[in-house]
Amino acid sequence: MTPDDSTLRDQGLAPQGAGKVLLLACGALAREILAVKEGNGWDHMTLACLPAILHNTPEKIVPAVRDAVAKHRDSFDKIFVVYADCGTGGLLKAACDEMGVDMVDGPHCYSFYDGNAAFEARNEVTSFYLTDFLCRQFDAFVTKPLGLDRHPELRDMYFGNYEKLVYQAQSRDAALEEKAKACAEFLGLEYEYRFTGYGDLETALTSQA
Amino acid sequence: MSDEEDDIILSELDDEELVAQMFDDLYDGLKEEIEEGVNILLERKWEPYDVLTKALVGGMTIVGNDFRDGILFVPEVLLAANAMKGGMAILKPLLIETGAPRVGKMVIGTVKGDIHDIGKNLVGMMMEGAGFEVIDLGINNSVEAYLDALAAETPDILGMSALLTTTMPYMKVVIDTMVEKGIRDDYTVLVGGAPLNEEFGKAIGADAYCRDAAVAVETAKEFMSRKHNQMAAG
Repeated sequence: MTPDDSTLRDQGLAPQGAGKVLLLACGALAREILAVKEGNGWDHMTLACLPAILHNTPEKIVPAVRDAVAKHRDSFDKIFVVYADCGTGGLLKAACDEMGVDMVDGPHCYSFYDGNAAFEARNEVTSFYLTDFLCRQFDAFVTKPLGLDRHPELRDMYFGNYEKLVYQAQSRDAALEEKAKACAEFLGLEYEYRFTGYGDLETALTSQA
Repeated sequence: MSDEEDDIILSELDDEELVAQMFDDLYDGLKEEIEEGVNILLERKWEPYDVLTKALVGGMTIVGNDFRDGILFVPEVLLAANAMKGGMAILKPLLIETGAPRVGKMVIGTVKGDIHDIGKNLVGMMMEGAGFEVIDLGINNSVEAYLDALAAETPDILGMSALLTTTMPYMKVVIDTMVEKGIRDDYTVLVGGAPLNEEFGKAIGADAYCRDAAVAVETAKEFMSRKHNQMAAG
């Protein structure tokens, strides 16, 4: 069963499943990973998640991944870190190399959902991205931490250089699309819908299957 | 703020109380109050440079320290910066008129592909507060833009900022080009931005990585002082 978003955001997820390959992931990817895993019948994989809110403090990601790998490594045959660089400036890759575990290629989930090559080719400097998870959790990840609920006048200091909000949809969901449109309006940005599905996330998980 | 504090009349405070109140107002991001405080101190014949350093920079230093220590967060720092900006707008022309001491000159901008300028703006403002002349190139700067500005402005320091893992390697492109052209050692190169770290700064050949605006100011001052010492010795 998929845990609720607020649990994935603040607490993450303890290992779920009996498989001997541990997918150690960002909580923001839980639903999508479980969908890919179930769709492919990969019962040998177990999912554990770190709190998705680490997205907002990337400097905490590497220590959290290190701790989790150390904690779980004796209980599993293999660990795959389902994070991209995610603002760690190459430090997560260096840590994974040192620990002898693989991770997802690419700078962040917006890139691997789109497909890393396609994302790079777009060269969209002035786009702000939402995924399904971030759209559902927009207030917790954007509005509140940036203080826009208390100080809406700060909006243009944060977003004044952006031009559009791109909603990268992993699933077809009309309600989420409406919400993404409202988020774009709230931020004063143009809106674009882009269905990505699971992109390179599925490719990366397949490589570990 | 409490009702009691709302009733404070800035002009009735003595200098010491007023500066202390301005520290509080800056901390609370109260732009109008800061502008009023600056004007009162100027009416009391304070030198613009003293208003800047004793009231504004002093207050922003507390904000910077509390940000570093995890007591304040980005929104509060931005509000404080916005309040300081209000005070700076009053002081800037007066500082030029009165020939306030200039510590050095800096060209600063975010690198190509990066539009995130909050950190760069904070650094620029704090550098101005510390007596540096700051030439702000804005966002998304190519090698050519940086080199043109270096040639035109002949600053002491080049500051480059990036928020993205994908754009930070461009700093190396800029530094490598400076090396190729034989101008790298003519400038102190400072780099900063959330995904950077000290190792990265060293690896790309920068003089220093600056974790935040306060560190940038201290580092810049240190390099200027070394430069002056070298010139004195040479």
